[in-house]
Amino acid sequence: MKKESREPLVRISKRGVMSRGKAWGIRLVAVALSLIVCAFIIFAIVKLNPLKVYGAMFEGAFGTSKRIWVTVRDTMMLLCIAIGLAPAFKMKFWNIGAEGQILMGGIVSAACMIYLGKTVSTIPLLVIMLIGSMMAGGIWGLIPGLFKAKWNTNETLFTLMMNYIAIQITSFFVAKWENPFGSNTVGIINSRTQAGWFPPIFGQAYTLNVIIVMLLVVGMYLYLNYSKQGYEIAVVGESENTARYAAINVKKVIIRTMAISGALCGIAGFIAVAGASHTISTSTAGGQGFTAIIVCWLSKFNSFIMILISALLVFFEKGAIEIASRYNLNDYVSSMITGIILFFILGSEFFINYKVKFRGSKEEAK
Amino acid sequence: MVNITKTFGSLVANNKVCLDIHKGEILSLLGENGSGKTTLMNMLSGIYLPDSGQIFVDGKEVSITSPRDAFNLRIGMIHQHFKLVPVLTAAENIILGLNENRLVDLKSVAARIKEICDRYGFVVEPYKKVYDMSVSEKQTLEIVKVLYRGADILILDEPTAVLTPQETDRLFAVMRNMKADGKSIVIITHKLHEVMAISDRVAVLRKGQYIGDIATAETNPQQLTDMMVGHAVTLNIDRPEPENLRECLVVKDLTVLDVDGVKKLDKVSFTAYGGEILGVAGISGSGQKELLEAIAGLQIVEPGSSMLYTAMDSEETVELAGRNSMDIKKMGVRSAFVPEDRLGMGLVGSMSIPDNMMLRTYGNGKSIFTDRKTPRGMAEKVVEELQVMTPGMNAPVRRMSGGNIQKVLVGREIAADPSLLMTAYAVRGLDINTSYTIYHLLNEQKKHGVAVIYVGEDLDVLLELCDRILVLCAGKVSGIVDGRTIKKEEVGLLMTHLGQEEEA
Repeated sequence: MKKESREPLVRISKRGVMSRGKAWGIRLVAVALSLIVCAFIIFAIVKLNPLKVYGAMFEGAFGTSKRIWVTVRDTMMLLCIAIGLAPAFKMKFWNIGAEGQILMGGIVSAACMIYLGKTVSTIPLLVIMLIGSMMAGGIWGLIPGLFKAKWNTNETLFTLMMNYIAIQITSFFVAKWENPFGSNTVGIINSRTQAGWFPPIFGQAYTLNVIIVMLLVVGMYLYLNYSKQGYEIAVVGESENTARYAAINVKKVIIRTMAISGALCGIAGFIAVAGASHTISTSTAGGQGFTAIIVCWLSKFNSFIMILISALLVFFEKGAIEIASRYNLNDYVSSMITGIILFFILGSEFFINYKVKFRGSKEEAK
Repeated sequence: MVNITKTFGSLVANNKVCLDIHKGEILSLLGENGSGKTTLMNMLSGIYLPDSGQIFVDGKEVSITSPRDAFNLRIGMIHQHFKLVPVLTAAENIILGLNENRLVDLKSVAARIKEICDRYGFVVEPYKKVYDMSVSEKQTLEIVKVLYRGADILILDEPTAVLTPQETDRLFAVMRNMKADGKSIVIITHKLHEVMAISDRVAVLRKGQYIGDIATAETNPQQLTDMMVGHAVTLNIDRPEPENLRECLVVKDLTVLDVDGVKKLDKVSFTAYGGEILGVAGISGSGQKELLEAIAGLQIVEPGSSMLYTAMDSEETVELAGRNSMDIKKMGVRSAFVPEDRLGMGLVGSMSIPDNMMLRTYGNGKSIFTDRKTPRGMAEKVVEELQVMTPGMNAPVRRMSGGNIQKVLVGREIAADPSLLMTAYAVRGLDINTSYTIYHLLNEQKKHGVAVIYVGEDLDVLLELCDRILVLCAGKVSGIVDGRTIKKEEVGLLMTHLGQEEEA
């Protein structure tokens, strides 16, 4: 038998506009809460002092200056991909083919290093590599864009399949460029001459990575928010009917945006090869093309917020690797922690948009 | 319902509303857009929970926290947007969510459906799939669904908005049958003549406040309008004499097929003159949408169609047939279009008012960046002149109410200084005040020498506003008549019968 009158346990209602400071406050609380929850889990499962584990994570990411630079390098890589994905996702084009676009860019960069490394000097070589990798990634993005525009194919499946093709092409070139023979890897390309490597700037190997990606951050912010093409992307993403009504060439916008998205992911491949690993393998993209989607959505396509989020994700990744090796845990514990933290961050968006009131709480005075 | 209050963020949708619903009566709930009618009823049907206040059913205080609670209290709501599963049949939709702990016996369900239908005079085919149904069939199904669950209090949210006059009559007949059976019915509507025709009592809301209720027999539309808007407005629509007519658009043999190859428009010919308002009447789906979209370059027209456009201050005539919206824009045709689907076509819901203002003009100028200043100035002007109620200039337009959204859309299209202005159901869902604002704007344009094409559904308005009326019937022109002399019945006849072209 039900009671005649009752109040539900929780009530959810939409909030008005929340101040930016308060919203960030909530997000910070979410991160703090997630760390507390993780602490309990760490203790429950592995009986380690959570504070020590967190300390180890921090050391893993920022413990030495070399580690800091590696963290920065990987952040830039993830950020670059996320920026590449932003226009596509803003257009509601589910480009999950960043992996392939990165690899294609990487292959072209590696090819330039191998075949032109002896004859062309550093700066022109880097420029050729940049343009070449942009074109390769751009074509890899353009193809699904074309098919979507012309025949309305499903872009999710299409871009995903393009990844596998790119992986196979990479395998082919890895076999072709195998060095030393029989290793089944390409090895460090031009390890002696360092031709086609990013030159150190201010004594740091990864300064150029930071410069390129930061330029992209600013450029993408302006492009999406202030340019006519950015406006078109937003309209097409909202409704194709509206776009046609506004005399926007929807097909052209889809194709163009995907080419841009692919080209930027191609740059990520260029940075990965020339600015980081100096080699190419099927794991050059390493799943970051998918992680970047999270960065992209969490930041709501704001490239400055992307910096923060990609740094956070990379920090957790580095920390996780460190605790895995130091405490003899496996990688899964760290993935678990990352998952819990992401869950809390995503969940906090709910509390920013909705008000939750518990049963019995007093009504605020109006 | 006593002292019901509901707020959404900072917006107070209902403020201390008290409302009684008597057994066996039809109550009309009347109010302008955003006056809180739907919100109030949603609280009764368990969609929303009131922030404060009490609800009593049969003298007992109840708390309705979910649609299931509402069903248990025998309250059922038929929403404006149908909540049906298209791939299921009528019977399957009806039992969906009932959660009876046994195997589904569709045959007995069908038998019960038939029983309900017979009792009130519905027609529902239990095994018909919802995607095969017309709008009116879907609505009937929604009502039967609610009755199947044993509802005694039925709430209908703007049921007639999607119906033809004939279907409306049929619905009203059914409603009277249900009333005779002791059911209580609440009908939310904007249309005063329907209120007068169907209801026993009228309750009026204004800006979330309860204004009062009155027996229908003791009132008249004028009084109700006063209660709704708070001050007297004239019901007469202005109609200045057309001056300086000039040919603006000559349409000849316009034929449009839909994706299935069905003729939506069949050799439609007419001329729209600058300086007059040409009304387009017809039962919904007679090709009105296709007509306007064809002129705007959003429909593919068949060979042989011709649409000759002449700008306001030029002699040059251009052919619009076979051109898409991009070509038409490039050709410099100044045609403004207020489409039926406001948020799905005319505006971008997630963008602010200024960003929406530049939807049609963002590409102007050579810069690769958009001009932000002009649209903002334009937005401020539209908001001020048309009294748009908005939570803020940067708030997405989706968060505004329907009437205010429409003001923004119409404001933008008129600001484009058009030679040809097309509007599709410009006042649909709008309250009287806003409707008059729109009529006034259209008349202003007419005086400027703009050719206005007004697709409407309310014949009274068409007859009072338009200089000439083009009547469409199943994609064909069944007559072009003089708006000043024609009788409503004659237009109604043209809407349903073809072959009157010679007479008209």
